[in-house]
Amino acid sequence: MNNTADVIIIGAGVIGSATAYYLTRKGHSVIVLEKSPFLGDGGSSRNGGGVRQSGRDPRELPLAMYGVKHLWPGLSEELGMDVEYCQSGNLRLGKTEEHLAILRGLTDRAAACGLGVSMIDAAQARTICPYLSEEVIGASWCPTDGHANPMLVTLAYYRKARANGARFITGQRVQAIQKVRGQARRVVCGDETFEGDTIVLAAGYGSRAIAAGLGIDLPMNTLLMEVLVTEEQPPMFSQMLGTAMADFYGHQSKHGSFVFGGSSGFEAHNRDDGRPVNHSITAPCICRGVMGYFPALAGTKIVRTWAGWLDEMADHIPAIGPVAEVPGLLVGCGFSGHGFGIAPAVGTVLADLAAGDTPPLEVSAFRYDRFKAKL
Amino acid sequence: MSATDWNDRICTLGPFEPAPGDGFIVCRCVEITQGDVRRAVHDGMFTLHEVRRLLRCGMGLCQGQICGRLVRGIVAKELGVSPTALEEVTARAPMRPVEMRVFGSEEAGA
Repeated sequence: MNNTADVIIIGAGVIGSATAYYLTRKGHSVIVLEKSPFLGDGGSSRNGGGVRQSGRDPRELPLAMYGVKHLWPGLSEELGMDVEYCQSGNLRLGKTEEHLAILRGLTDRAAACGLGVSMIDAAQARTICPYLSEEVIGASWCPTDGHANPMLVTLAYYRKARANGARFITGQRVQAIQKVRGQARRVVCGDETFEGDTIVLAAGYGSRAIAAGLGIDLPMNTLLMEVLVTEEQPPMFSQMLGTAMADFYGHQSKHGSFVFGGSSGFEAHNRDDGRPVNHSITAPCICRGVMGYFPALAGTKIVRTWAGWLDEMADHIPAIGPVAEVPGLLVGCGFSGHGFGIAPAVGTVLADLAAGDTPPLEVSAFRYDRFKAKL
Repeated sequence: MSATDWNDRICTLGPFEPAPGDGFIVCRCVEITQGDVRRAVHDGMFTLHEVRRLLRCGMGLCQGQICGRLVRGIVAKELGVSPTALEEVTARAPMRPVEMRVFGSEEAGA
């Protein structure tokens, strides 16, 4: 079997799979190496499915807005699979004046970047979503936000890239990237070696150890987040929801289940058994958060809960782009819990960079070496 | 002859051919048929995790207690492996559906 391709991608999550797809669309050969036996087994299948522009770091907004404008609307058609993209807006809810002050700050910063997002009062919020608690006194509203099914998006990119000739190999743990004549070229996995003109490192938190082998540190930690899924309900509301205090976030999926994510507040001190395991205190805490804003859901049954790790970068935005010390290496990792919504845009940018083309967006704000000591 | 390495997704089962029984519903909670599962495998979903993530079979009200063995059997047959060679899937809490007001309560005996 030929172990050489134009581009080797490390990580078959939504970022790696999207990059692989956009590269095959340009006619490049691609090999994707995934350490898990399963595709998209990290954050890509363990996230709330938000396709949000509001509430983002201003540095991330151009990627989010580009994706919502140019990539998400046609994605199902392009990939030949319904990825359940629903553009019904994002409501971020507040119950106190302090909450509204937080929402106003987020809204002003995003509006200054050109995003159509505004503050609305309780009556307007209830017109958009009639099930809100009486305690809600206001919200921020971004009508062009939405949600999609992250598992389907990841697998749809995989399926289409594979149909275009990309070679995906699961259960293939990368040990090292090696340089040949000063250029990143060889990817070593046990007794197998792969070679590419460009290497894309998109392995979530696992990227840190692989980059360390080249003397590059990507300062990130893992952070466990947990999600619960309800039984199917008749369609109630289609918006993406969040709160000023981040008590919970979520949406109702196409088939009727609500998917709500949240935290207990003890995430930084969770016991780590090497697997992303739910903690007994978290899902009940999310339930209390949800019921505080949607009392009508108190009788809705939870059918499953799950947990996943974020790859939390020191400043909460990813590292994207070329590595100056290692020509031929591109990174795309550290998405810090909000990578799904920008994945099509990031995949487009990484594919352009890997192919030597000019990407539609400039990504220097995401340089891997932006981290400086505080003094 | 060595067994196919289904980790290398360049392996292919060839195009999907309809078969008798494809219309049978195997997952009643989500209404997934034998044909849906077979088609997913032909589409490159070579693990139970991927089949479930694509189709949601086994992730509804019964959490796979009814369809788990059936889906495992169908996927194994398509890949030409023993059902026991496929991975275990993760059981998720709560073990049976629980109302939010009950799950979210901290009161003893509530």
